[in-house]
Amino acid sequence: MNLLIQLALSFGLLSILAVGGGTAVLPEMQTLLAHQFDIGHTQFVHIYSIGQVAPGPNMLMVLIIGFQVAGLLGALVVLLAFFIPSSVLCFYAGRLWNYFGENPWRRSIQNALEPISIGLMASGVYAVAKASIISPITLLLALVTLFLILRTKINPVYIILASGLIGFIYLRFF
Amino acid sequence: MTSQDLCLKEGRVSLKELFTQFLMIGAVSFGGGIIAYERILLIEKKQWLTADEFMGYLAISQTMPGLNSVNLAVLAGDHLRGFWGSVAATLGLIIPGSLFVLIIGVAYTNNNDHPLANLILTGIAAGACGLLAAITYRIGDQHWKHFKSLIIIACTFALMSIAKLSLPLVLLIMAPISIYLYRPNSKI
Repeated sequence: MNLLIQLALSFGLLSILAVGGGTAVLPEMQTLLAHQFDIGHTQFVHIYSIGQVAPGPNMLMVLIIGFQVAGLLGALVVLLAFFIPSSVLCFYAGRLWNYFGENPWRRSIQNALEPISIGLMASGVYAVAKASIISPITLLLALVTLFLILRTKINPVYIILASGLIGFIYLRFF
Repeated sequence: MTSQDLCLKEGRVSLKELFTQFLMIGAVSFGGGIIAYERILLIEKKQWLTADEFMGYLAISQTMPGLNSVNLAVLAGDHLRGFWGSVAATLGLIIPGSLFVLIIGVAYTNNNDHPLANLILTGIAAGACGLLAAITYRIGDQHWKHFKSLIIIACTFALMSIAKLSLPLVLLIMAPISIYLYRPNSKI
């Protein structure tokens, strides 16, 4: 029971902090999981990676964390805690939109928040890179993926799965 | 738009229709880019929103906390069918992926230290890291070319990753500075 409340509070907080999308809270989530639920960096990056091959919003991997900490009920608690607070906020923000639609401050605030959320995303990349780039081959796979996604129109899922396959073959047989 | 128009518009879309359309996006959007799918559905396929309405909602989705794609579903759902429209669209969007990650997650949790699974995940994690870097670069778009934005990006990154401050503290420090720099009619 205690664990469930802890999960609800942690992910509820992450939900309202996730300005600029879920990736902005990755570093915070990683720290919090390590401290409160004993989920290490490697495990976190594995869970994050599973989320990247799933369809739908890219942060649904939080369910796996909930599941690992407290089973199916944990997954449900995390789902509700992570999606409801931000969705309710956004719902009311949408309704306020009509009042502030053309106010110059709205544009200013949006312009101001954008670079902050990009900075947070960069921190997210750094956090994931620290745990996932552990050898020359993983560095190479990450760079090739980056290049292919920026320069081609191949569906990222295929690239990531190929990266998993190549990593597997390399690490297993060489 | 008059309230009568709104009623007509609301009458056109059933909750079931909203749910199924977003469920389809939730099921096929492997590899991200959900915003693009939502744009196609809302503007082109069903013409539920005008391009201008869509851009407005997208801006709110990005400014407010939460995942952009989920926020957009909340706003589009509310626009079309009020509160329950939001619920229907959001549930549709997240149900398929939730089942997917749960099934794989259960398998992962039960085979946590399986050496072969770990080898595959090592490569997948490296790829996912490249993907995240690419998405960050793309979302950054014009900001990488503006001095003012670059300073804020760098400071935010430094506070978070080097000074290792907590996220609420970083926002508390950076938001006022950034809003001041981007205030209306600022000359910089």
